[in-house]
Amino acid sequence: MAAPAATQYGSPDVDAAGQQLFDELIIQDSRIEPRDWMPEAYRKSLTRQISQHAHSEIIGMQPEANWITRAPSLKRKAILMAKVQDEAGHGLYLYSAAETLGTPRDKMTEDLIAGKARYSSIFNYPVLTWADIGAIGWLVDGAAICNQVPLCRASYGPYGRAMVRICKEESFHQRQGFEILLELANGTQAQRDMAQDAINRWYAPSLMMFGPPDDDSPNSNQSMAWNIKRFSNDELRSRFVGMIAEQVKALGLSLPDPDVRFNEDTGKWEYGPLDWEEFKEVLAGRGPCNAQRMERRREAHEDGAWVREAAAAYADKQARGAASATEAA
Amino acid sequence: MTGGSTTGDDGSTAPAAGPAEKRQPWPLWEVFVRSSRGLSHVHAGSLHAPDADMALRNARDLYTRRNEGVSLWVVPSSAIITSDPSAKEQFFESPQGKDYRHATYYSKSEGVKHL
Repeated sequence: MAAPAATQYGSPDVDAAGQQLFDELIIQDSRIEPRDWMPEAYRKSLTRQISQHAHSEIIGMQPEANWITRAPSLKRKAILMAKVQDEAGHGLYLYSAAETLGTPRDKMTEDLIAGKARYSSIFNYPVLTWADIGAIGWLVDGAAICNQVPLCRASYGPYGRAMVRICKEESFHQRQGFEILLELANGTQAQRDMAQDAINRWYAPSLMMFGPPDDDSPNSNQSMAWNIKRFSNDELRSRFVGMIAEQVKALGLSLPDPDVRFNEDTGKWEYGPLDWEEFKEVLAGRGPCNAQRMERRREAHEDGAWVREAAAAYADKQARGAASATEAA
Repeated sequence: MTGGSTTGDDGSTAPAAGPAEKRQPWPLWEVFVRSSRGLSHVHAGSLHAPDADMALRNARDLYTRRNEGVSLWVVPSSAIITSDPSAKEQFFESPQGKDYRHATYYSKSEGVKHL
């Protein structure tokens, strides 16, 4: 339910009682709902995380939509269109969840357009071949699922509920990507090479989707104490590596990382060093496609202005018509 | 500035306040979906739309892409009256101490079949 918070803030009694109930709910691993009292930092942190997640879904439509006309068959075009439509849906579920915290959706859109808000760095890499669409489904959506499944239990009710819906739909995305790669892997040598090349380029960026290493991740501890995050970045990354290390065998291809191995002592999967300088560069807006993605998003927003205006004008006119009909009667 | 991880855990701070919205925002609607005949409509989420017709169409596209429903309700969010969360105790306290409203309160008949 996207209703603004009704709880009165600022009065010491209300804040103390609110904090106490909030703490109890977190200890019980229960859920916080929109109209509950919550610490300002919790509201702010969730607004940032959920809106950033929503922006990622919306920007994520671009690299794939670019391939709809070039998808190799009618079936693949239909599948890709369904996937892009899902990404739009995921963005909207998440904007709704974020709105329950008090920030209007239009404000979040403005922040994205103005370049003030962030989205996942992964969408700033170019999608060069059809095999990249497969690698994105398998690795990028795979990493996203790994991240998102624990978020279904996030302490903020609307976020968890949005994630449940999203996770159900994401598994189709990952499987369709894997199937694209499997078909290429069973094709000609040139197709196998194309699939391997796509995996080589998407492997490291998809691992970096889990965020910086634990010792360089300032929000993690607080986020885990609030039961928003359930596992650390490195923990999830290691799990993901374990999954894809097995899955890549079914493709008969390989991961571009000679250091991937299961450490029997720690019970964890290990991987080679990642280029966190590159991650920071992309974050800072200097990735290969940052400017292009932002420009396209702005353009789409501006080109859609007349539609939004026309729809609002029509709604106004209908409402006025209904009002004068009531008066006449 | 763009970038960041999907978890939102990249050390960034919340977005700063942007310019004020000039266009009147579209109203918010709550969406309820009946997943099959014989079941109630259940709250699925919310969306923005300029009017009821568009809200219904958007709800279909947004919440029933995979045969999730046979019927939809859209309700202006502003029309929903909710109980006050901070008045929870007073408002919901009446069943307290009234265990006799539950079948499990009556334990003497244990062992008697079909009761």
